[in-house]
Amino acid sequence: MRRRRRGRLAQVYLPTQLQPLADGRATVEVEAATLAELLAKLAGSYPELGTRLLDEQGKLRSHLAIAVDGEIAAAGLREELSGNPEIHFVMAIKGGIN
Amino acid sequence: MSSYKVIGTRPVRHDGADKVTGRAIYGADFQINGLLEGFVLRSPHAHARIKRIDTSKAEAYPGVKAVVTARDFPQVEDRIVDLGEGDTPLSYVTGNLLAAGKVLYRGHAVAAVAALNAHIAEEAAQLIEVEYEPLPCVLTAPEAMADGAPQLHEGKPNMTHHIQHRLGDAAAGFAQADIIVEREFDTATVHQGYIEPHNATVLWNNDGRVHVWCSTQGSFVVRDVTACVLSLPVQKVRVTPLEIGGGFGGKIPVYLEPVAALLSRKSGRPVKLVMSRRDCFEATGPTPGSRIKVKMGATREGKFVAAEAWMAYEAGAYPGAMIGPGTMCVFASYDIANIAIDGYDVVVNKPSTAAYRAPGATNAAFATESVVDEIAQQLALDPLELRLRNAAREGTRRADGPKYRSIGCTEVLEAMKASPHYQSKLEGPNRGRGVSLGFWFNAGLPSSCTISVNADGSVSLVEGSTDIGGSRTSLAMQAAEVLGIPAERVNPNVVDTDSIGYTGVTGGSRTTFATGWAAHDAAQDVIAQMKTRAAKLLGVDAATHEDGLFSGGGKTLTFADVAAQLGETGGPVIGRATVNPKGVGGSFAGNIADVEVDPETGKTTVLRFTVVQDAGRAIHPSYVEGQMQGGSAQGIGWALNEEYFMNAQGAMMNTSLLDYRMPTALDLPMIETIIVEVPNPAHPFGVRGVGEANIVPPPAALANAIHGATGVRLRALPMSPPAIMRARWDAEEAAG
Repeated sequence: MRRRRRGRLAQVYLPTQLQPLADGRATVEVEAATLAELLAKLAGSYPELGTRLLDEQGKLRSHLAIAVDGEIAAAGLREELSGNPEIHFVMAIKGGIN
Repeated sequence: MSSYKVIGTRPVRHDGADKVTGRAIYGADFQINGLLEGFVLRSPHAHARIKRIDTSKAEAYPGVKAVVTARDFPQVEDRIVDLGEGDTPLSYVTGNLLAAGKVLYRGHAVAAVAALNAHIAEEAAQLIEVEYEPLPCVLTAPEAMADGAPQLHEGKPNMTHHIQHRLGDAAAGFAQADIIVEREFDTATVHQGYIEPHNATVLWNNDGRVHVWCSTQGSFVVRDVTACVLSLPVQKVRVTPLEIGGGFGGKIPVYLEPVAALLSRKSGRPVKLVMSRRDCFEATGPTPGSRIKVKMGATREGKFVAAEAWMAYEAGAYPGAMIGPGTMCVFASYDIANIAIDGYDVVVNKPSTAAYRAPGATNAAFATESVVDEIAQQLALDPLELRLRNAAREGTRRADGPKYRSIGCTEVLEAMKASPHYQSKLEGPNRGRGVSLGFWFNAGLPSSCTISVNADGSVSLVEGSTDIGGSRTSLAMQAAEVLGIPAERVNPNVVDTDSIGYTGVTGGSRTTFATGWAAHDAAQDVIAQMKTRAAKLLGVDAATHEDGLFSGGGKTLTFADVAAQLGETGGPVIGRATVNPKGVGGSFAGNIADVEVDPETGKTTVLRFTVVQDAGRAIHPSYVEGQMQGGSAQGIGWALNEEYFMNAQGAMMNTSLLDYRMPTALDLPMIETIIVEVPNPAHPFGVRGVGEANIVPPPAALANAIHGATGVRLRALPMSPPAIMRARWDAEEAAG
C-alpha cells in the first residue's frame, strides 16, 4: 500500500488588501504538501480570496508570485512544501526585472 | 584565496574584435534580398480620438508597396494575455503597436508604410489623412488622480492599481519616535538612452513562416508577442536576435516587429523598420515619473521605529508602471518593525513606461535616502553609521513580507566607510559630500545552454540570452571553469529561437546568474560524458576529472586529448542544461559623491564618485566594474539633468540627445568602484547579478551632497542648474 504523503503546516501571510476576504486575518495556517493543495484549501475556506489569487483556469494570477520561505517558487503551484514554511504572495516582477 | 582558475580573471571579451572594428551586425546594418524600408506615422496629439484614416493617397504613391493600420491586425475578441509582462488585455498590446480608436500619447503609432526606401516611405506617410478629435491630456500622476481628470481608457479610472504593504503597526511605531521627518518628492520621466534605436526586419514567407531579425533583450518575448498579436502559432515565428546597442530594460517591450510583419505580408517582401531618436523618446517606454511622500521616525539613539510611504508612479498610456517593485524597495535597505506603504499605478498621456535598471527602485531610494540623511543630520550622526545601525540583514523581514536570506547590505556599508574616498577630507567652498544606499532583487527565470566539444579541444557554447553587457564572456568563463580549459577555448554564440531552449529576457541582472548556471550545468554534463570517454582511452572502469585533467590507472589525459578521440570513443559530445533557478541573490549598492555647486549658475560638478556593490562573486571583475560605472553614470544623469521636458499639450520638447542632456565622459570624473563579494550561497559560483542595484543610489547621494554644498535640500529630479538656483533663491527669501 502506498504511504500517504503527510502535509506540511504552512504559515500563509495574506496581502493587506486581501485580508478582509479572510475574515480580517493577516495570517492563516494551512496543511498542504504542495502550493496547489495550499491554494485549493485557501480557496475552499475563503472562496472570494481564491478568485483574487487564482484565475478561471485555476492558475495563479500572473501579477502574483509566491515566495516560500523568502524564495520565489520557480515551480509555481507544483512547488512541494517541506518543514513549516512561510508563504507570501508578492508582486511578480517581470521584464525589467527585473 | 580563490581556488578558481578562470572565475575572477579578466580575459578579452569574445565579441570585442567585432565591435571595435565595426564588423558586428546591428539591426540597422542588416540586409537581405528584396528588402523594403518602412516608416511609422505617429500621432501629433497626446490625446485624441481617431475619427478617420484614409491611406489611399499613400498607397498610390510611386514606390510604395504596402500601408497598414490597426485594421490589419487579426480582428479577434479581446482577452487577457500574459506575454512576459503580467496579465494584459490583448487590445492594450495591439493598441500600443498601432492605435485603434484613440491615440493616448504624442508619438503613438497610427499607420506604417513600406516602400523601396525609407525616404519614399516617409513621404508617402505624410499623405495619409488622419482626422483627429483632440482631447484634453493629463501628464502627471497627481493630475491624473484628481477628480474630473480626463480619462484615458473610457469607463476605467486613471488610477489603475493600488498596492498596500503593512508590517507591524506604523502608528504605534511613530508614537515611539523621538524625531519624525516627512517629505514629498517628485521625479521626472527619464529615458534609458540606449545608443542604438529600436529596429526590426521581418520576412513573412509564402508558406506562412515569419522570420524576425531585431534588437531585443528577449528573443522569446518577441516571438511570443508577434505570434499572439498576429494569431499565429509560435512554431511559425522565428526570431534571430542581432547585436544590441544597449537596452537597460527598454528593449524588452515589442514595438516594431508585428508591424513590420504586417507590412511584409502585404508586400510579399522583407521589411525593415528603424526608429529615429525622436521615435525612441516619444514612442518607447521611458521610466515613470513619480510623486512620493516618505515619513520616517527614529529614536534619539538612531534606531528607525516606523516608516510610511505614499507613492504614485506614472504608467504612461497603459497600466503597468513599476509601482510594484517601487513599493517593495522603498524601505528594503532597512530593518524597520512598523511600515505602511501605499502605491498607485496611474495612467497618463505619455508613452507606456518600461523597465529601466532596477525599475521603480531609484525613484523610491531618492525619497527614502534623502529622509535618512535628514535624520542623520538632526541626530548629529554619521550618515553611514545611522545606516549601519538600521541595515537589513539576513532574517530581516521586508515590508512586502518575506525575510531576507543571505545579503550583503552591512558589508557594502562597511566597505563604504572604510573606502579611501570616505576616509578622505573634502575641503573648499561650495562643496559637499553625500552618501546613499540602494537595493535590487535580481531575478531567476528559465535559461538554456548547450555545449558541443570540438576535436581540437575547444567548445561551442550556444545560449539564448542576448548579450548587452559582456555576458557571452561571463557565461563562457563559468563553462571554462568547470571544463578546466581557458575561457578563450570557449566560443559563445547567441542563437535564434529555433536553435536553443526557451530562455527568459536579458533583464533582472539574471544572465550571469541564471544562464551562467545553465552553462555550469551543461559543462558538468560534458565532463560526465568526457569522463566515460577518458576511461575508455585510459583502459579503466572510471576516470576522474580534476584540475583540467582526466586521470585513471596512473595516467592522465588533457581535455584536448580526449576531445581529439571522440570519434573512436562513441561520437560527438554535447552537454546540455536547462534551469529555472531558485536562490536568486539580491544586491545592495552604495555611493559616496563629492560635488561642487557653482553659486552663480547652479551647475553641479561631480568631483569624485565611488560606487560600492555586492556582486556575490565577480565572474569577470572588469565587466562588474563596467556595470557599476554604467549604472552610476545613468543615475547621475537622472539626478542632475535628464527629464522629459513636456509642454502643456503633452509634446516632449527635447527629443534629441543634444537637448535631452545625458552625461558624457567630459561631465564625469573617473567613477571609482569597490566590488564587495558576499557569495550567493545558492549559486554554483556565488553569483548575485550586478546590472541594476548601481543605478538606485546616485540621485539621493547627489541630493545629499548638494545639500552639503549649498545648505538647500532638492526634493525634485532633475536637480538641474535652474532647479538649484530656484531652490537657493526660495531659501534665501524664506530666511528673509
